[in-house]
Amino acid sequence: MDKPVENLSRRRFIQGFGAVGSALVLGVQLPSQALAEVMQSNTFDPSVFISIAEDGLVSIISHRSEMGQGIRSTLPRLIADEMEADWHRVKVVQATADEKYGSQNTDGSRSVRKNYRRLRQAGATARWMLRQAAAQMWGVEPQECEVYNHQVSHKKSGKKADFAQLVQTAKTLALPDDKQLILKTDEQLRYVGKDDLPLVDAKAFVSGKAVYGYDVELPQMKYAVIARPPVVFGKVKSFDAEQTLKVPGVIKVVQLDSPTPPAYFKPLGGIAVIAENTWAAIKGREKLKIDWEHGANQAYSTKSHEQAFRDSLAKPPIQIRNRGSWDEAVKTADKQIEAEYYIQGLSHSMMEPPAAAAQFKNGHMQVWGCTQTPQSSKQVISQLLGLKPENVTVNVTYLGGGFGRKSKPDYMAEAANIAKQSGLPVKMVWTREDEIRHGYYHSPSLQRTFATIDKDGNTTGWRHCMVMHPIMTTFNPKAKSPTFENDLGLADVLYDIPNILIENGETQTFQRIGWLRSVANISNVFAAGSFVDEIAHATGQDPKDHLLKIIGKDSHIDFAKEGYKYGNYGEKAEDFPVDTKRLKNVIELAAKKAGWGRKLPKGHGLGIAAHRSFLSYVATVVEVSSNNGKVKIERIDSAVDCGKILNPDRVRAQMEGAAVMAASFSLRGEISVKDGQVEQGNFDDYPLARITDIPPTHIHMVDSNEAPSGIGEPGVPPFAPALCNAIFAATGKRYRRLPLEQFGIV
Amino acid sequence: MISLTINGQTQQFDIDPDMPLLWLLRDVAKLTGTKYGCGKGLCGACTVHLDGQPIRACLTPVSAIGKGKITTIEGLSENADHPVQQAWLKHNVPQCGYCQSGQIMSAAALLSHNKTPTDAQIDNAMSGNICRCGTYVRIRQAIHSAADLAKEIK
Repeated sequence: MDKPVENLSRRRFIQGFGAVGSALVLGVQLPSQALAEVMQSNTFDPSVFISIAEDGLVSIISHRSEMGQGIRSTLPRLIADEMEADWHRVKVVQATADEKYGSQNTDGSRSVRKNYRRLRQAGATARWMLRQAAAQMWGVEPQECEVYNHQVSHKKSGKKADFAQLVQTAKTLALPDDKQLILKTDEQLRYVGKDDLPLVDAKAFVSGKAVYGYDVELPQMKYAVIARPPVVFGKVKSFDAEQTLKVPGVIKVVQLDSPTPPAYFKPLGGIAVIAENTWAAIKGREKLKIDWEHGANQAYSTKSHEQAFRDSLAKPPIQIRNRGSWDEAVKTADKQIEAEYYIQGLSHSMMEPPAAAAQFKNGHMQVWGCTQTPQSSKQVISQLLGLKPENVTVNVTYLGGGFGRKSKPDYMAEAANIAKQSGLPVKMVWTREDEIRHGYYHSPSLQRTFATIDKDGNTTGWRHCMVMHPIMTTFNPKAKSPTFENDLGLADVLYDIPNILIENGETQTFQRIGWLRSVANISNVFAAGSFVDEIAHATGQDPKDHLLKIIGKDSHIDFAKEGYKYGNYGEKAEDFPVDTKRLKNVIELAAKKAGWGRKLPKGHGLGIAAHRSFLSYVATVVEVSSNNGKVKIERIDSAVDCGKILNPDRVRAQMEGAAVMAASFSLRGEISVKDGQVEQGNFDDYPLARITDIPPTHIHMVDSNEAPSGIGEPGVPPFAPALCNAIFAATGKRYRRLPLEQFGIV
Repeated sequence: MISLTINGQTQQFDIDPDMPLLWLLRDVAKLTGTKYGCGKGLCGACTVHLDGQPIRACLTPVSAIGKGKITTIEGLSENADHPVQQAWLKHNVPQCGYCQSGQIMSAAALLSHNKTPTDAQIDNAMSGNICRCGTYVRIRQAIHSAADLAKEIK
């Protein structure tokens, strides 16, 4: 990390003096052609923003959304560290939607890896210029000056200057060229990788002062809720709002158009009720008489569709990956085992349902909301309302959870639409029922797994067939089979088995399908992680030893050699190889920390599963007890290797939270549809994990110098198979369907 | 007119007496620290104190409050320094933070009548509060810390 930055020649650093008067403003900007290249290659984001005020206060932009992952306490800290700012004199400023920051899309567990280098470079640029400014002021060599904790000092003369004293000079200086810019060594980093700085937003969170989308207040603001079509692409045939308008506090109702396919991020349409407060709006909505035209999607019911899934997997039409020959493996097998798994539909159900406020004034739309994706919010609003993008401002609040739901800005556009049509400043909120019934769901999935075993107990063949409602249907209604979902724990199985066959079924889709924390890894790894345990038991091997054995020797797997084009989460194999050694390492670590092999109390069992996702490696060991037919989770150990760790406390927190979310959908809660309508509506019929479900949880982080990789999602996938493997160890019963509540054991 | 005492201040409100306290706090009194999560008393995000006892503001009509004293997260302490808040900061409990007002109000109510709760008592008292981010393990630790802190303060 101490070598000069090489790729800086691609950029042109510029200074600007616009908004902050006499402050030193540092931006990073690319020439437009380079920008176009970069946007196309999707490997580099073009811009970042630092400013230092005359009093030395450093303002650092957080261009990514804060939804609990601690990004505002991670990326700005990286810049502050590199520029040697005193963290107590740093203010984190939340960015509005603006292309100049590069992608602001906060999902895919990629905020750190996509920004790590460029933000350090921005910080190093600031440090370089401040040192240069001091040297110029004192008439000394810059190399003799040291920058430390908001101060530049010159040892020989004993001179010292605070950043505040250097602002005026620094802003007149030329920018460094790429050879001059040197990043700090790991030893010089003071904030990155340390646990002792408070979270930027913790005090706001514990005092009720943090403003979420649900909390936005505008002058003269009104409140709105929407009655949406119960079936996706349904429409209002006719409606009667007479009783609604009689509810005290109700101001007016506004009809909103229903979209046509594809669903994309378009609002669902319906009738909006605008009132003096949320309560009146909700009561007014209850009094609406709406005759709906449900449309074609009412043909769908989850229960009956399971058979359609099964039929499509009887002879899967699509081959995704083919190593060796599955048919040969079957012919020469001593025995064959197979299993069928089913993973239920899920809704995100973050604690803050979607909410946004909007005001349309003098042709300009201003929107405030809890969005993971301010830029596509802007785009969807512009398109829906026929406004030029420059006439739309999107402000990002705190997010009361996101998990992928708030990557779909349909609700941002709803608020804007109501504000425009009514001419009122308005806050539009979703109730819990709205959130559960009108989501972008994690698709249910049926999966079949097969293995061939030779007479020595070695696995010679692995076949995994999967069908689900593809996420692509949200963008292309004709899509019938998964695409990138195959790269999420299905086809990227990294076992050292000579014959591997991965197949997809096809299906029709009737709902809006979206991505939910770790996406198809949830279902694919439940099946694959359970089945590898089934093989271990079928061949009389210890599940942990068997797992290590089936992963095989240390290697970087090259899927391309088998003709399988693996997406690798958008990263190059040379930057982020599929490294079996790192996976085995976390398995060993989790097993050791969990006391794998120790004598367990009667009725207890341990289960293990491991997976590489979002370029990180996670292994989870779950301990369960079984008593009178009821299973209880007793202990969780998860080991993670996510490369270099910037914020250990938040890495631990993400891993703890991932276990809870996975425990939640493993134990209970299923989104089911009847006649095109979601059957659940609140936490009574879509229950989430509570404190009573969660035992002591131990997170073990690998100290790594590899490039930083994802942490928001990778903790989720191994949990459910580890849990069911533990239940098998404790009870001898194999559960292949989630949630477990249906079996009466939780 | 309905008269309510919120965080030590008595105010008059001209509102529908059936309105749940939650919406009065948030939309009328502009105290948005108390959160909506479910509207049915299932998640605890709207937990406030009525005469020191935890209640779900989403299920409590304002007409039912009478002369009782309401405390919300904004009134729990002046500088986020109630022992529970201090412990929450010490353990970095919040992730997204949205449910934490309700969690903290439930925890503060627990500690007001049980100075040294066991894990089982904590689980019991906190089982009505959902955290989707999954901060449960730290909530448990932080409540033990808050119990210790409260003892030191006295």
